[in-house]
This record gives sequence, structure tokens and C-alpha cells, in this order.
Amino acid sequence: MAKPRAQLLQGNEAIALGALAAGCNFFAGYPITPASEITERMSREMPARGYPFIQMEDEIASIGCCIGGSLAGKKVMTATSGPGFSLMQENLGYACIAEVPLVVVNVMRGGPSTGLPTNVAQGDVQQARWGTHGDHPAIVLCPASVAQCYELTITAFNWAERFRTPVVLLSDEVVAHMREKVVLPEAHEVEVIDRRQPTVPPDWYVPYKTDGSLIPQLANLGEGYRYHVTGLVHDERGFPTRRPDEVEPFYNRLFGKISRHFADLERVRAVQLDDAEMVIIAYGCTARAAAAAVRIGRERGLKVGMLQLMSIWPFPRRPVEEALTGKRLALVPELNMGQISREVKRVNDGRTQVLRHGKMDGSMITPDEILGRLREAK
Amino acid sequence: MSEKQAQTLGRVETRLAGSGGQGLLLAGLVLAEAAGLYDGREVAMVQSYGPEARGGASKAEVIISDQAIDYPLCTRVDLFLALTQEAADAYCWDLKPNAWIIVDSDLVSHPPSSKAVRLPFTAAARDKLKKPMVANVVALGAIAEITGVISRRGLEKALLARVPAGTEALNKKALALGAKLARDAAGQAPAEGPATAHTEDM
Repeated sequence: MAKPRAQLLQGNEAIALGALAAGCNFFAGYPITPASEITERMSREMPARGYPFIQMEDEIASIGCCIGGSLAGKKVMTATSGPGFSLMQENLGYACIAEVPLVVVNVMRGGPSTGLPTNVAQGDVQQARWGTHGDHPAIVLCPASVAQCYELTITAFNWAERFRTPVVLLSDEVVAHMREKVVLPEAHEVEVIDRRQPTVPPDWYVPYKTDGSLIPQLANLGEGYRYHVTGLVHDERGFPTRRPDEVEPFYNRLFGKISRHFADLERVRAVQLDDAEMVIIAYGCTARAAAAAVRIGRERGLKVGMLQLMSIWPFPRRPVEEALTGKRLALVPELNMGQISREVKRVNDGRTQVLRHGKMDGSMITPDEILGRLREAK
Repeated sequence: MSEKQAQTLGRVETRLAGSGGQGLLLAGLVLAEAAGLYDGREVAMVQSYGPEARGGASKAEVIISDQAIDYPLCTRVDLFLALTQEAADAYCWDLKPNAWIIVDSDLVSHPPSSKAVRLPFTAAARDKLKKPMVANVVALGAIAEITGVISRRGLEKALLARVPAGTEALNKKALALGAKLARDAAGQAPAEGPATAHTEDM
């Protein structure tokens, strides 16, 4: 038999391969369970392609290194889990305000602190949104399968480059370590977006002045364009400013460059929602239990469907509203005490009854638990 | 399990359990690749293990189906392999009635059911092949023979693609040994014996 094109891949490996397909050419990281396989795979793949792989002394240095690499024009990624993600928060804010394209993978495990290192959890959902201080936009994607790990990593790179912003890929221990059969697309089938470059000569260059896109065309450092990079609020030339007439447009642009594309940033998957009376809204590994609950529930005559959230920030308000409309009941199962059910309730606006099903014992939510909860609520 | 010989396979949940170092992760990988890449099924596999390099309970779970797999973990186990007593005790509580239960006869003195198939995987690997470390492969050979969930050919191809160069002959022998152990046991078993009952069930 010829070498089969299908392969058995782990979620973490698929993230590494997705990064390479998206054009990642710089990786710095510090291994941590349950994200280590990403770093491990990159430590072999990157040098083999002549790209830098750097194991840093900790996670603060890892993301710092990635910010530097990105400013020099590299497409960068780092990967970590809860404790490392906490350490990265300060620099994540820096990347946000300095508009540095960056992909950060956070594979969720039990927390806070060292928590449950080898167990699954979904406790970093709000941290991924609000972990760094100051009000800021955030883009966070959440895979539920090995194939989605690959696809969403590519999406994360494309959005980071397009919007010049950090993008967080929020995986979890089950999805990270799960192996599934996947057929990866050929290189030419993958859409890759690269950041725009300045079109004016260096002498005319005003780094943070933007065209209608609101997204600056920042030059790669070392190519002859000189500009100032800072974590302070800055003017069009990149120098610190406190003038309200410059500060306000700065923030408006930082939010606006993303909020005007909310509709493009919504990634959801609907399963048997058309005739459903009850909807399960789920993300990450929990979406797998929800899909099984839909299958088993339908066999028993329950009219139940699922909406899987693959993008969780910006919160996909419109598809969630649509999924809630006309339903008798919505259930939000998650491995925390209600971080997304709170958002669902926020957009629900009296449409339907929204129940949360939180679990924090280090194990997966099972289809039976979800079905039991639906039965209780009937 | 009665539609086993039919063209399509419903969801089959398999759990391979033992102690860290017995090669159950590799066995799970080979099982998943045999079913997924060579037999053309859908597969999902999860593993769990403690922080120890050797010892500690270890298990691999492989879901095999011809439909897309939603829940990737075992909920009601169809096929349970246990290579230690600790694993047999820890992971037997969610077995389906009539599940295939296959245990190492020397290392599991109290299997979860009297219908369990007891085969001396570790002893046979040690005595016949002089390599106790291939007990996991011997067990895979027996699984293919007893259950038919994976094809013998697919299993052999997946195994040879995984093992280190130079060990192919040993691993092929180990597979054949496992199949032989299973056949011999089925031949000796009484009419309602577990192995016979299960193979007829296929």
C-alpha cells in the first residue's frame, strides 16, 4: 500500500504543523505540560527549515523574544499553559498596544497557579480576554478537534498578520493530547495572509498613520525605516503623547481596526439546530461531549442541537443570538464555573432560559451529564 | 457487536490499561493507526498516565468507528485489555455487558469477570521470544485474533511502520505469537467459554 495521506496526529502536533503551513518562521518558548509537544515538534521542524527555534529561560522571555522577532518581520508563535500564560500577560498587552502580530497558544489545564498540571480545564477563558491590564481588543480562537487545531492555527496567524495584533489560540489538555485521523491540505490549498508593508520611501514614512483600514503599515526593523516602538500611548510618529486629541483617536483606532470586522471574526459550527427546541452552546473539548449528547439525545427523541464556538473573543454575539431565538432552553457546559455561560446570558436578553453546567474536578464533561442536565431542566 | 462482520462498524470503544513502561501508549498508537490508516476507519485516541517514567497506572483509549467520532473518550467500553491487577481494578467499572475482556493471566489474578480471556502475554514474550518488552505486541496480536475489530494485515503494517528499524522480525513474531495464544485458548475453552462465545458473536 502506498504511504497513506491520512495521518494520526495529536492536537498539539497539528498546531505545530498549522503554524508551519501559515508561514511561521520564528518560535521561542518554554516547555510546559500540556503544551510541551508543540515546543518539542517545533524544536525539530524549525531548524530543519533553517528557521530559529529558541528555548528561552521562561515564558516572559519567550513572548518578549517573539515580539522582537515579529518586529523584525518574522511570523512568530509561542506556546504555553496557564502558569506561563499568566507570566506572558504583561507582554501580551505590549504586543497589543505596539500592534505586533503574534500567535500565543495557551493549552488550558487546571488552575489557578500550578493547579492540576496534567488535567483538563477551561478556566482561562476570561483570562484570555482580560488577562492583561487596560481595556483592549482581543481575538481568541478555540479548537475542539485535531483538524480544527490545524485550521485555527492558520486562521490565528492570518488574523494576527492582517490586524497587527496578538491572537490567542486557546486549546485544552484533551484536545491537545487527543489523536485523530486527519488529512492535511496541500500547501497550495492553504490561504496565507502576510502583513502589509510600507509603500512610501523611508523619508516620507509616518509609521502609525493609517489609511482607511485603521491598520498601520509598520516596516520590518532593519529594512531602513526608522520608527519608535513603545508600550506608551503614542502619536502617529510613535512617540508618547498625553494629548486627549491624540489619545482618543489612538484608542478608537486600536479598537476600531478589529470591531469593524466583528462579523468576519465569528467562527461557529451549528449541529442539528434547525428544528431544535434545546440548544447546547459549547467550545473546546466540551463541544465533543455536546455533539455526542446531541447524537444520543436525538436517538431518544429529544429535539436538541449544538452551537460550537470556535471563536470566543470577540464573543460571537450574532450567531449566539440566532441560536437562542425560539429555543425553550439553552445549556452551556464548561470546565469552569460559568465563564462563557455568563456571556451567553448577557446576549440572551430574555430570549430563553439559559442554564450553566460547570464542572471542575479535572475530568471531561460526559455526554450523559449533559443529557441528565437537559432532562432535569425539562 | 453482532454487526462486526458487516461492512460498517459502529462505535467500538477500546481501552488498553496497565502500568507505565508496559508499552500501552505504543500499543494504542498502533491500534489506532491500523484501524484509521490501513483499515480506513475513523479513530480517536486519548492517553492518560502519571508523572512516573515507569510504574503508575497508564491507559490508552482508542475509539474506532465508521462514523465521525464525537466524544473521544470511552463511555461504555467494548474491549478492555488489562496487563496489571491495578489497571484491571481501576478501569473496569464502565465496561459494557459482554465486552471483550482480555487480561495477562500471570499479572492479573482477579479479572473483572469470569468471562475474561486470560492469556500469558508477558510470560510468552519472555519465554518464547526472550524479550518481555514485546508483551504489548503479543497482546495486540491476540486482540486482532479475538475481536476482529482490526484486520491482522492492517495491524502488521501499522506496527512495522512504528517500531525501530531492526526489530521488525521480532515484532512480527510477537504478533503471530499473540494470535496463536488466542487461537489455542479458544480451542481449549469449553463451549460457552469466553473466547469462543465472543468469536461466535462476531
